[in-house]
Amino acid sequence: PVLAQDAAPAAAQTPTKSVEEWIAEFTGGSEVQEGGVTLTAPEIAENGNTVPISVSAENAAEILVLATGNPTPGVATIKFGPAAGARQLATRIRLAETQDVMAIAKLEDGSFRQAKSNVKVTIGGCGG
Amino acid sequence: MAKNVKPRVKVPKSAKPGDVITLKTLISHPMESGQRKDADGNIIPREIINRFVVDFAGQNVVDVTMEPAISTNPYFEFEVKVDQAGEFTFTWYDDDGSVYEEKQSIEVA
Amino acid sequence: GRWGRLAAQQTLSQDKLLEFDDFGNVTLIHITDVHAQLKPIWFREPAVNIGVGDAKGRPPHVTGMDFLQMFGIPPGSPDAYAMTCEDFVALAAEYGRMGGMDRVATVVKAIRAARPDSILLDGGDTWHGSYTSLKTRGQDMVNVMNALGVDAMTSHWEWTYGTERVNEIVGELPFPFLGANIFDVEWDEPAFEPYKIFEKGGVRIGVIGQAFPYMPIANPRWMFPEYSFGIREERMQAVVDELREEGVDLVVCLSHNGFDVDYKMAGRVKGIDVILSGHTHDAVPEPVLIGQTVMIASGSNGKFVSRLDLDVRDGQMLGFRHKLIPIFSDVIQPDAEMAALIDSERAPYQAELDEVVGKTESLLYRRGNFNGTWDDLICDAMRAERDTQIALSPGVRWGPSLVPGDDIRREDIHNATSMTYGQCYRTEMTGETLKTVMEDVADNIFNPDPYYQQGGDMVRVGGIAYAIDLSKPMGQRISRLTLSDTGEEIEPSKSYTVAGWASVNEDTEGPQIWDVVESHIRKTGTVKLQPRDTVTVSGI
Ligand SMILES: [Mn+2]
Ligand SMILES: [Mn+2]
Repeated sequence: PVLAQDAAPAAAQTPTKSVEEWIAEFTGGSEVQEGGVTLTAPEIAENGNTVPISVSAENAAEILVLATGNPTPGVATIKFGPAAGARQLATRIRLAETQDVMAIAKLEDGSFRQAKSNVKVTIGGCGG
Repeated sequence: MAKNVKPRVKVPKSAKPGDVITLKTLISHPMESGQRKDADGNIIPREIINRFVVDFAGQNVVDVTMEPAISTNPYFEFEVKVDQAGEFTFTWYDDDGSVYEEKQSIEVA
Repeated sequence: GRWGRLAAQQTLSQDKLLEFDDFGNVTLIHITDVHAQLKPIWFREPAVNIGVGDAKGRPPHVTGMDFLQMFGIPPGSPDAYAMTCEDFVALAAEYGRMGGMDRVATVVKAIRAARPDSILLDGGDTWHGSYTSLKTRGQDMVNVMNALGVDAMTSHWEWTYGTERVNEIVGELPFPFLGANIFDVEWDEPAFEPYKIFEKGGVRIGVIGQAFPYMPIANPRWMFPEYSFGIREERMQAVVDELREEGVDLVVCLSHNGFDVDYKMAGRVKGIDVILSGHTHDAVPEPVLIGQTVMIASGSNGKFVSRLDLDVRDGQMLGFRHKLIPIFSDVIQPDAEMAALIDSERAPYQAELDEVVGKTESLLYRRGNFNGTWDDLICDAMRAERDTQIALSPGVRWGPSLVPGDDIRREDIHNATSMTYGQCYRTEMTGETLKTVMEDVADNIFNPDPYYQQGGDMVRVGGIAYAIDLSKPMGQRISRLTLSDTGEEIEPSKSYTVAGWASVNEDTEGPQIWDVVESHIRKTGTVKLQPRDTVTVSGI
């Protein structure tokens, strides 16, 4: 019950952009408010190498997704075009360990909104 | 260079004007993160799909910049509002310079 | 003794066990977590089943005398024997073994005779858990459940036969294998029927299946890589809404979420009338009400059958009557047809099943949040046979008991160990890794949010002692890890030899655990094991 499934990504060799640096670059230092963004992620990842997430925010022009506990926190930057039917996108991401995933939306009015979701990456085993 | 890179898309064949439809895409790709080491302890160089763009009838739907934290065989699901018949173009950009493209049309009546 | 036993059984009769004032217009029959137990067994319920967070002190987190008091059950009574660990060995001698699918068949037939439109629902963990189910890859149980006339099922351990075998069986099943939460990994689309609508006596009943959500985490993902599971609350709500739009009168969720997960889900998903809950093996004698939702938990290993009568009119559930029927195998007449089928399924293996390997002077049981004596025996076997300092054994909730004086037959060992990934590995672990593993498992059981609970018990340990503080968050619950033989502290950086089984890794190597246990018991001869006090629990 007790040995890990596939190994998670190894630690980065060179220093990379931190969570704070990612956010600062995306927002240009503007204030970020809670709410107005929906980030859907499982409570426990079935497989840390492919964790389904979905982000959406009404009137979002762009959404930045960060894996705050990964050695390199960047995940994706999503820009919505005029043909988007909703400001929503689902994808699958790699999580090295239990952590918060974060979505920051830049709305069309220039304001910034954020949401966080904790995803547990467990060793697994056992059961009823 | 990544081998057997194969894009696939799921687009409904038809829709009514003004419908918001869900599209799904997959591209088989290892998404080598640049953080793994080989048996000799050398870093395996990064090689990922770094950008994914969808357009419909000449207008952009989404433009995604991707980092190595996107999983192997990148998957995307998103919504498009269709007012008229047209062609979707899906474009994936690889670190190695390759560009993969897929097109699919939808009838709107 | 014999006279006591007769006297005790005189208070019991098949008629009394089946007695039920028919109520309303719909009858649901629920059986779950049989774990391939075709024959009557001993099964001691847990003494320790700690509820965390909101679940503290709430059924099923009430055991022993507290349980008896809560439900007004007299000590020493048949119900006390069936539903608690209290005075288990003495009462076992009075009341005999429980279960047996031939007795279950008698009960099901009797309910159907009273209510021909009854729906029989199987909550899963059916095809796994015995020597014959392993040998036939679930076929013995499939044949028995088909003969019993199941109307729908959901799943958990079924998947440990692998995708190909599951799909092979499902293709032949005369009833749906429901799983609203089973999706294909590639395109994230529903992979199995989410529900089935039954029309019974003018009432339309929608039965939704919810498979075990943590399938790819708690069991080896590589055996069914095509599928994704999960609680998928929004999906459950969408399916309930779809059924309501279809105009069903009653929405039933046949669930393998486990009790606390179902309890939380019932409070968040609107419009479920009845949850038939499985996975955590709880025998709860009364329905639990969560808002408008009635929740039923029907035990495990064939010990119980639940009958739930409902009064449903114009899309509304107006009332219910319920009975958790304990299957006393000496009191309920076996159904002859089913008994013959069971014997024919077992006949090719009878000699292997019955081979006596040793004897036990002690009660061997597993259920409880921490080691039972069966687990201690398995851990002792691993340490001795694989020559390690430490043994780790999974905190599964299946595995019948043996009472003092019982022979230990090969079948009994398999009942406690049978699985498709039973390799007993030998490895080295640092003290730090050991603690990480234990913290991880502890959080899967004692996280106060039920959606993080996987429904097993704490990993069983051999050769070590530890303290656990349940009030602490993950990473801080486990302390005072020592080697129990010497009292020596386990150091984070030091390496220790460890044996274990049921690894979720594909490439695990080692002899099968049942062979390890059999070899150890043969050398031991007669097993004597008192419960050990190697785990110190606080923060309850
Ligand atoms: Mn079970
Ligand atoms: Mn289960």
